[in-house]
Amino acid sequence: MNDMRLVERDVSNRQAKIEARGVQVHYGEKHALKDVDVAILDRTVTAFIGPSGCGKSTFLRCLNRMNDTVASAKVAGRITLDGQDIYDPRIDPVQLRAKVGMVFQKPNPFPKSIYENVAYGPKIHGLARSKAELDEIVETSLKKAALWNEVKDRLAAPGTGLSGGQQQRLCIARAVATAPEVLLMDEPCSALDPIATAQVEELIDELRSQFSVVIVTHSMQQAARVSQKTAFFHLGSLVEYGETGQIFTTPQDPRTEAYITGRIG
Amino acid sequence: MTDVTAGAPERARGGSLLEGSARTKRRRAREWRMKAYGIGAIVLSLATLFVMLATILMDGVSAFRQATITFPVTVDAVIVDKAGNRNPEEMAKVTTIGYKRLLSQAFVAHLAAEGIDTAGVPEKDLGDMLSDDGPARLRDRVLADPSLVGQVVEVSVYATGRIDGYLKGRVTRATAERDTNVTPEQLDLADNLVAAGILTMPFNWGFLTGPDASDLRPEASGLGVAIIGSLYMMVLVAIFTVPVGVAASIYLEEFAPKNRLTDLIEVNISNLAAVPSIVFGILGLAIFINFMGLPQSSSLVGALVISLMTLPTIIIATRAAIRAVPPSIREAALGIGASKMQLVFHHVLPLAMPGIMTGTILGLASALGETAPLLLIGMVAFVTNYPAGPFEGGVMDPATALPVQVYSWASRSDPAFIERSSGAIIVLLVFLVIMNVAAILLRRRFERRW
Repeated sequence: MNDMRLVERDVSNRQAKIEARGVQVHYGEKHALKDVDVAILDRTVTAFIGPSGCGKSTFLRCLNRMNDTVASAKVAGRITLDGQDIYDPRIDPVQLRAKVGMVFQKPNPFPKSIYENVAYGPKIHGLARSKAELDEIVETSLKKAALWNEVKDRLAAPGTGLSGGQQQRLCIARAVATAPEVLLMDEPCSALDPIATAQVEELIDELRSQFSVVIVTHSMQQAARVSQKTAFFHLGSLVEYGETGQIFTTPQDPRTEAYITGRIG
Repeated sequence: MTDVTAGAPERARGGSLLEGSARTKRRRAREWRMKAYGIGAIVLSLATLFVMLATILMDGVSAFRQATITFPVTVDAVIVDKAGNRNPEEMAKVTTIGYKRLLSQAFVAHLAAEGIDTAGVPEKDLGDMLSDDGPARLRDRVLADPSLVGQVVEVSVYATGRIDGYLKGRVTRATAERDTNVTPEQLDLADNLVAAGILTMPFNWGFLTGPDASDLRPEASGLGVAIIGSLYMMVLVAIFTVPVGVAASIYLEEFAPKNRLTDLIEVNISNLAAVPSIVFGILGLAIFINFMGLPQSSSLVGALVISLMTLPTIIIATRAAIRAVPPSIREAALGIGASKMQLVFHHVLPLAMPGIMTGTILGLASALGETAPLLLIGMVAFVTNYPAGPFEGGVMDPATALPVQVYSWASRSDPAFIERSSGAIIVLLVFLVIMNVAAILLRRRFERRW
């Protein structure tokens, strides 16, 4: 693992954006997530690592209540965003998801034009008062996603006609366009080639200046490259959570060490 | 499964790749047999379809042509307008019998003028070669335009069903000997008329536009009322079923909680699609006619009954189309903060639209061919008056439908109705083909890839 750049580990911002206390998730009979406590910091990239089926994606999907769409899922415990309980019955998940955006494992642009893809979120949330404002949001979002130069001449072309890496960046642009405060990414690079992966990782690093980014990844190198904080999940429990450098160099838990050195997983 | 052999597998080592082993030969043979069964099944169904279509076409194509006798008639004021004041109300007192005499005389006179040999055919038999439909049409024409009185008008009158059958090869001199409705001499005369160009076989528009006619004049019967009735019913069924079906499907797929009740509803929708159609007919008779008091034989009741039958089909097709929308699109929309409603109307419905439309049109197509429930609500009636226009309450007027017309003609005794019921089947098939083509075109037009 020589390519791990364990540098820039100064986590300057200590303010917690999302705090989870005692989160339990059941899928029917299955206890998928056991008693997870975690505080996700503002303007920080947090990586969730762990073997398949360890509950990291499940936890990620709790953070914007995407688990609501799974009928059998039961979430218990307390998750707060800026101190507000997001599972409070008065909370509208639609508003929550505008604040907590999500990028999925497989690029999933809408079968509409590139412009429509990015403009959809701002439109439904009423973020733009005029066409000019909308145009501007689309442009800045595509620029943030490092896609503007490639697509600026064909905004009317279908988003599904782009390459895989471009589609994923389009999805990031779409998520960024609603001006979220937290960006959740569920293995965003697993369907991408190394070059597109590098582009997306660079992007994540840039987005850190504005949002808190939570990324689920199977690649430990990727976690090491992009994140400041890392959480290791195993069999539904949060085993260890700490500075990325510390997790990868001096893990406290033997299970973390075993996973990082490739003995379990 | 059966490939597993007991004991240690014996592998022929060092065998040539050019020769198959016994095992691979057996596998090949099995594959070959499987293909042969498949091809056999397809050939069998194609052959059946071919035989069916060929029979219908051979029997039915002749219905689209009709033996017609053309000759001039002097509309004699003495017969049709005794008062002489050209008042249509008074002229209406002259019945078709008067016009029949007028036509017969004119026909006989025309034959004499053309110098056609009518030896052996009494004058009465000459007039009987003309369809009873002719006088009625001439009467309608004169009443609509009284200025024709006293003038010479050219009329095209259907020949009777027997003469028509002779020209189509159905009636021969041998059958005419035994038939009280036609004599061999009339057939000889028909040959002469064809040679003189008086008796022709033009395209039979009356078959597509005319109303039904009785056994006494099969040559005048047409599909007009049935086509209008079927058209009214299709439009009404679409209006009744599409909004209800799509709304029910969207609710069940996207909003309904998954519990016992919705499971029960789901099972029942599937079961309703399998209920025999005649049961719906009885239901319609009890509810729409006996309880609600809607008029019998009307296209409105027919449409309501058929809507009940078509709804399950449309709901099942629509739900399948909605379910086929990839979950990634749903996640994308929800993840951005779209509400359920926005998800459905902005993303799911546009993607499911081709499937919904195809399902709906195919459901309507099967409804178009539905007969049994219509028999029970009285649409098998003998209807000779066109229903009124759609905005003048025409859907409450008695009408028939295409498949019902096929059924009722097929049970008539006069052999002339054999070709007519086959002809009606051809018309019905043409409508079905048009609807299926429309389904394919719509699917192509709205299909989007993701």
